Amino acid sequence: MKLTKTLLATTALAMTAGVAGADGHMADEMTIVSWGGAYSASQIKAYHEPYMEKTGIKIINDESSSEAVAKLRAMSEAGNVTWDLVDVEAADAIRLCDEGLALEIDPATDLAPAPDGTSAADDFGDMLVSDCFIPQIVFSTTFGYRTDQVPEGVDAPSGACDVFDLETYPGKRALNKNPIANMEWALLCDGVAYEEVYTTLETEEGQAQAFAKLDTIKADTLWWSASAEPIQWLADGEVFMASAYNGRLFSAIVEKDQPIGMAWNWQMFDLDGWVIPAGLADDRLARVKDYVMYATDTQRLADQAKYISYGPARASSAPLVSTHADLGIEMAPHMPTEPSNAENTFVNNYMWWADYRDDLDAKFQAWLAK
Amino acid sequence: MTDTTAHDNSGPVLAADGKPLKVSLARALRRQKIRALLLIAPLLLFVLITFIVPIGDMLFRSVENQIVQETLPKTVVALQEWDSEAGTVPEEPVFAALAADMKIAVAEKTHTRLGTRLNYEMNGISSLFRKSGRGVKKWDLANDGPFKDKFIALDKKWADPEVWVTIKANSPKYTPGYFLNAVDMQVSPDGIEARPENQQIYVTLFKRTLMMSLMITGSCILLGYPIAWILANLPMRQANLLMILVLLPFWTSLLVRTSAWKVLLQQQGVINDLLVWIGLVDDANRLVMINNATGTIIAMTHILLPFMILPLYSVMQTIPETYLRAAKSLGATNWTAFWRVYFPQSIPGIGAGSILVFILAIGYYITPELVGGTKGVFISNRIAFHISTSLNWGLAAALGAILLAAVLILYYAYDKIVGIDNVKLG
Amino acid sequence: MADTANNDAFVEFERVQKSYDGETLVVKDLNLSMPKGEFLTMLGPSGSGKTTCLMMLAGFETATHGDIRLGGTSINNIPPHKRGIGMVFQNYALFPHMTIAENLSFPLEVRKIGKSEREAKVKRALDMVEMGTFGGRRPAQLSGGQQQRVALARALVFEPELVLMDEPLGALDKQLREKMQFEIKAIADNLGITVVYVTHDQTEALTMSDRVAVFQDGRIQQLAPPDQLYESPENSFVAQFIGENNTMEGVVTQISDGKALVQLDGGELIDCKPVNVTKVGERTRVSIRPERVEYNKERLHADAHTLKAEVLEFIYMGDIFRTRLRVAGNDEFIIKTRNAPDQTRLKPGEQIEIGWMPEDCHALDA
Repeated sequence: MKLTKTLLATTALAMTAGVAGADGHMADEMTIVSWGGAYSASQIKAYHEPYMEKTGIKIINDESSSEAVAKLRAMSEAGNVTWDLVDVEAADAIRLCDEGLALEIDPATDLAPAPDGTSAADDFGDMLVSDCFIPQIVFSTTFGYRTDQVPEGVDAPSGACDVFDLETYPGKRALNKNPIANMEWALLCDGVAYEEVYTTLETEEGQAQAFAKLDTIKADTLWWSASAEPIQWLADGEVFMASAYNGRLFSAIVEKDQPIGMAWNWQMFDLDGWVIPAGLADDRLARVKDYVMYATDTQRLADQAKYISYGPARASSAPLVSTHADLGIEMAPHMPTEPSNAENTFVNNYMWWADYRDDLDAKFQAWLAK
Repeated sequence: MTDTTAHDNSGPVLAADGKPLKVSLARALRRQKIRALLLIAPLLLFVLITFIVPIGDMLFRSVENQIVQETLPKTVVALQEWDSEAGTVPEEPVFAALAADMKIAVAEKTHTRLGTRLNYEMNGISSLFRKSGRGVKKWDLANDGPFKDKFIALDKKWADPEVWVTIKANSPKYTPGYFLNAVDMQVSPDGIEARPENQQIYVTLFKRTLMMSLMITGSCILLGYPIAWILANLPMRQANLLMILVLLPFWTSLLVRTSAWKVLLQQQGVINDLLVWIGLVDDANRLVMINNATGTIIAMTHILLPFMILPLYSVMQTIPETYLRAAKSLGATNWTAFWRVYFPQSIPGIGAGSILVFILAIGYYITPELVGGTKGVFISNRIAFHISTSLNWGLAAALGAILLAAVLILYYAYDKIVGIDNVKLG
Repeated sequence: MADTANNDAFVEFERVQKSYDGETLVVKDLNLSMPKGEFLTMLGPSGSGKTTCLMMLAGFETATHGDIRLGGTSINNIPPHKRGIGMVFQNYALFPHMTIAENLSFPLEVRKIGKSEREAKVKRALDMVEMGTFGGRRPAQLSGGQQQRVALARALVFEPELVLMDEPLGALDKQLREKMQFEIKAIADNLGITVVYVTHDQTEALTMSDRVAVFQDGRIQQLAPPDQLYESPENSFVAQFIGENNTMEGVVTQISDGKALVQLDGGELIDCKPVNVTKVGERTRVSIRPERVEYNKERLHADAHTLKAEVLEFIYMGDIFRTRLRVAGNDEFIIKTRNAPDQTRLKPGEQIEIGWMPEDCHALDA
């Protein structure tokens, strides 16, 4: 009995820790949720600080984006949404939109047009992948490799398919511990044309083919789940080659001067942007919309690229991308969107993955556990 | 007790005022009971709100499936007539009902939610509902019928009987589906059957979680017992110092500790470097000690060790040294004295520590995620995934309920084998 | 005290010293020799070194210097479990997770004695302490006195020749303690075992022992049979520690013929037996047992010195009367008289004269 009670009490205590931090919203405050680290820093510099200066509204920066989907759902079920704006990846935005947890927006009225008068809808173009999604940046899942471990007399790796080439590039690899991009790369590097990748993956045989390709490197692969892991492994020499987010690689190479090179071929583009939680009160909603209008205009998106190597999601921002705020180097070549970096690229097929993620994830995890 | 005395006399024992003694006693104690209840009421309420209710909610979610009926009420009724085994698509009345339901669902934006739910059962339904929603929005229910062809024109998936089988199969308010999924089974037209082998994962993970938690508990006992013994037998001052060292892991952030393990254990890490330098290990064959089950066991043993040492220590403190002396004076060697006299008395501490460590271990997910690679992840990692990424909370709840049941069964088994009275936290 | 190795000696301490911290000695130059079958009690206040001696004998403490011998062989380097000494602990130390029978069986099991023999011995030992029907119970289910019996049986069941007892009756109430004292003594005598018994209760020591070693400050102050200890204490510590005593201080004025004349600090003269005073002019503390003080003039020696006394308090205690007097400026002078038909009961305020046989008054060190 004694033990049971102790356990109960401990658990109960642990749970209240989560309840604490309830809603304490002030009239001129906004809680904006993002990923933390260098990425949040770039947003604070490019958006928050100028906006606070302009309007006097206080922005509270919350770093919970990695668990935003679950938290938003929990908040919504509890009827107490404390967040005003949330930075999520496009795939999550789609999920949140489907669940009715994010607000649908109208680009014509909610987003600023380009300086030359182009409408926001046209300026963002294909980036508007969901009715709820306000695109911000383009990043890519690409590859880094140890420049000092490339075998002699061999060209440096150029992209995804070198990961599968154990003969030319022996050593450990690191890949993301989920099926997205990995399945595509497996098929692309097994000779499937990009146009047929998804129809192939819809069949059992196609999935088997992808897993068979992944099987060839399974014994030499470490699987990462936190985006800092592949960078650390590369820096420690734990792996020869790793998939990673391009911004993280940029920071390791340029800012931390690690012996790492980029291999861009078949990089997968991904979008990151804002969603407005559904069910905000009118005054809060008006305030958030004002912020969004400001923070996603052409100049602001270009400004963010001064602090981090992610490409702005607006076409009109691209020409305005200048130099790194601290290092003074030209940022354009480090952008994943720079055409000369990669021969082949593809964009995360959000809609396809929304349909197949549950199924393929189960299969992928089962395959990993085998 | 009072009964036996009462039986001897004719009638109940009476108090001074002539009322039965039992009644008087009960009244006298009632006030005490009420006061006691009031004193614990805040805690009771607290536990109820923060513990019992969430667990109840979780158990409910693992079988709850009202979304289909709520979103498509007319369709569900219309589908009752349809023979799901015929292999054909339903007729116009069902489509008309679907159109009516969808019209409302689109206005309330609940159709995509239903799509997400049904997509757990069949690939592609998510986008089917999203796409159809956009189309249905523009329809006029009164004049635009018939709807069967219009739906099929929107998305040819509506002509796939499989979609309708899925909708009908999931229309009851409660479903065993999540639980079946959680044990790698599924409902098929032929009844309940195992999932295809390439989708089986949860049973493996449950087994692995239990096995590895037992191994972690075991290594905590092996490492913690001698330390607790030293602690219990040192003078107070030194014991306190050592205790601080034992508690140190509590005061370090989980991520810092985990990173430290990485630095130590990885192939280019400190331990491997040292072994290579000494020459014990060949540079080409560095040991793999992290990103696998070994890594999880090492890191979690370290993290959970204090939970083993503390109860052990407090139990050992209560075992007087005289017992060992007595045993030796009776002719026992040091080992016999320890094994037959000291050890049995420390078992309550081992029991308490093991229960704590084991229960904490099976619920851990951050550490296994970071150091477990593919062979060292636990079922909790999948639960976390379904809570925060796939949003399949029903499945997460079913997995959690099974985990809870496993803990309760083990607790029961422990009670039967060792006796829960034999557990002492101090 | 025997300084040389005695051929009959069963247990011997020779020049044994013990220090825990390397600075102070808790046992100082201890010499002791016991024949087989003796019941010896180590008596003394706490911190006097008696328990340390017992633990050294048992093997749980090592002597810093000196030699401890058992049956003629040095046991300094023999671990406790090979010494074959039975021991009864202060809190009994019965193993709580074993039944009574298992507790008793334990020393036999570690000696690899066969099952049937074990059972017979356990039964005999339990019967001896009248606990024959309790074999299946756990220690926690027994009363203090019962646990005490079991502890005794356990210490005896493997038939050791030497049994050590560390304040075994300390936790019992008075009545039970007295009963157990008698029983322990009877069992020890019946079995003919040698017993070293540690206690701080002098009554216990006097009633049970063949000899008593009085410990103080790491030394044996006196080692003697109980009557000698009581009647002829060798120094004022022993006199004061054993039984009740009246003490007065003065100066030796004359020593002759085994008698000493002592002039108390108030000027009164009394007759005493010189115990450790040797010459005239030496300061001394005299001690007289309350029951040896006489106030009935008819019973006093004709030429004995007497002292004037005033009755301060009379306490009726049933079997005896206890009277508090003021004697030579001492308000705490006690006399005890038997409750007999012809005994006078003194009244407070009464003036009387008291005296004693010279051999009952011991002139000790000051």
